[in-house]
Amino acid sequence: MKKLIVAASCAIAMMAGNVQAREWNEIRIAFDVPYEPFEYKTPEGELTGFEVELAEAVCAELRADCEFVIQAWDGMIPGLLARKFDAIMSSMSITPERAEHVLFSEPYYNTPGGWFGREDFNVDVTDMDAMQGKIVGVQRGTTMDTFVTNEMSDVVTIKRYTTAEDMVLDLEGQRLDVVFVDYPVGEQTVLSREGFKEVGEPVKLGEGVGVAMRPRDRDLAGKINAALNKLKNDGTYDAIMNKYFSYDIKM
Amino acid sequence: MPDFLADWLNQNDIFTAATMLHYWDGLVTTVQLVFLSLLLGMAIAIPLAIMRTAKSWFISGPVWLYTYLFRGTPLLIQLYIIYYGIAQIEGIQDTFWWTIFREPFYPALLAFTLNTAAYTTEIIRGAIVATPNGEIEAAKAYGMSWALRMRRIVLPSAARRAVQAYSNEVIFMLHASAIASVVTIVDLTGAARNIYSRFYAPFDAFIGVAVLYMILTFILVYVFRRLERHLLRHQRPLSH
Repeated sequence: MKKLIVAASCAIAMMAGNVQAREWNEIRIAFDVPYEPFEYKTPEGELTGFEVELAEAVCAELRADCEFVIQAWDGMIPGLLARKFDAIMSSMSITPERAEHVLFSEPYYNTPGGWFGREDFNVDVTDMDAMQGKIVGVQRGTTMDTFVTNEMSDVVTIKRYTTAEDMVLDLEGQRLDVVFVDYPVGEQTVLSREGFKEVGEPVKLGEGVGVAMRPRDRDLAGKINAALNKLKNDGTYDAIMNKYFSYDIKM
Repeated sequence: MPDFLADWLNQNDIFTAATMLHYWDGLVTTVQLVFLSLLLGMAIAIPLAIMRTAKSWFISGPVWLYTYLFRGTPLLIQLYIIYYGIAQIEGIQDTFWWTIFREPFYPALLAFTLNTAAYTTEIIRGAIVATPNGEIEAAKAYGMSWALRMRRIVLPSAARRAVQAYSNEVIFMLHASAIASVVTIVDLTGAARNIYSRFYAPFDAFIGVAVLYMILTFILVYVFRRLERHLLRHQRPLSH
């Protein structure tokens, strides 16, 4: 019996040793689709988007074979910790709460929060007196939610939504005066419709978006940071960014 | 909230005084929403149940259609249709109705009331249909009119048979009210979702709210047990 335990623990130790010494020739990266324009599928079924192309560039830089995995958002961090994949590149904002569970790379982009309203909305959103009593819609748990909750909860009424679509419907139906939402999401869902406009300057919030990895994979984080740094400086990053965005999200 | 209690709570990471107040606001909203919809639902259900037992199809047919529609579709869908549907009606924003339906509370109250009224109608109808013939014949022999018979014999007798099934409906309604949070109402579940997204602590936030729902359920169960004992006291043995 004792021998068996010793043998078993040796086997486990060897397996663990193998993991430690991984060369990272193969990296599995998870995305939650669709989240245009960051990651989505073309009508032909091909995975593409800003983060997907950036991931491909990182893999080319590392000379690694990358496998892209589709994973729904609520199972992202559990899936990473359960070793279903090695990294998340799916617009995951760096927060202290998440950093307790995962290891983040340096941020690789940061989208501002944008203010959007109906055509007839003519109030300066930074003027707290003018905003008195207005109803503001945010997506629950976003950095925009945190910002409005901390800065404006005495001034405005805050309504929290799970999806951006529900929020836009209430903006259209005049239950909301203005929404404060991740800029690309607002561009997609609000500005694409008739009768809406941007009503204030975009606000840069939070620490940006990083690649999330398991805390033990420090070697992988080091490689990805180096690759991202190179891409940001040699123009590859800018080329990909300009393909998808009309404004600057580089960080 | 007294200061000593707030100080004591603020030592916690998640269940701070602010969190507890948020839960409390949610609790008040949930209780208001459920209580009002049950009360209004009952007021609608009694006349509808009587109509549903009428012999004429012109009276019972529309009620049948109504209960069929509202029991045949999920409450969530009904809430979405009422909440978002009303806002899509052309020009509603300029009428006085909008002052009511602008707030999420009233569309939710309307959806919950119509839903629970449909179920309660069927519960009461079943109880009315099951009235023993002898009771009705005896009432007729006394020369009671239809209205007096309904008030003194049929409805009280039906209430005794309906109370157990209705207590289930009340508890279902309490739990179904959790979906009010999808239309931005900060009820108990809405409060828990806000706290969860603030602290990324699903276990604490949702177990906290589950305990509150359970306490409410136990109170309801206790009230209905008392009510049952009161209504069915004639069936108890005289001694003990």
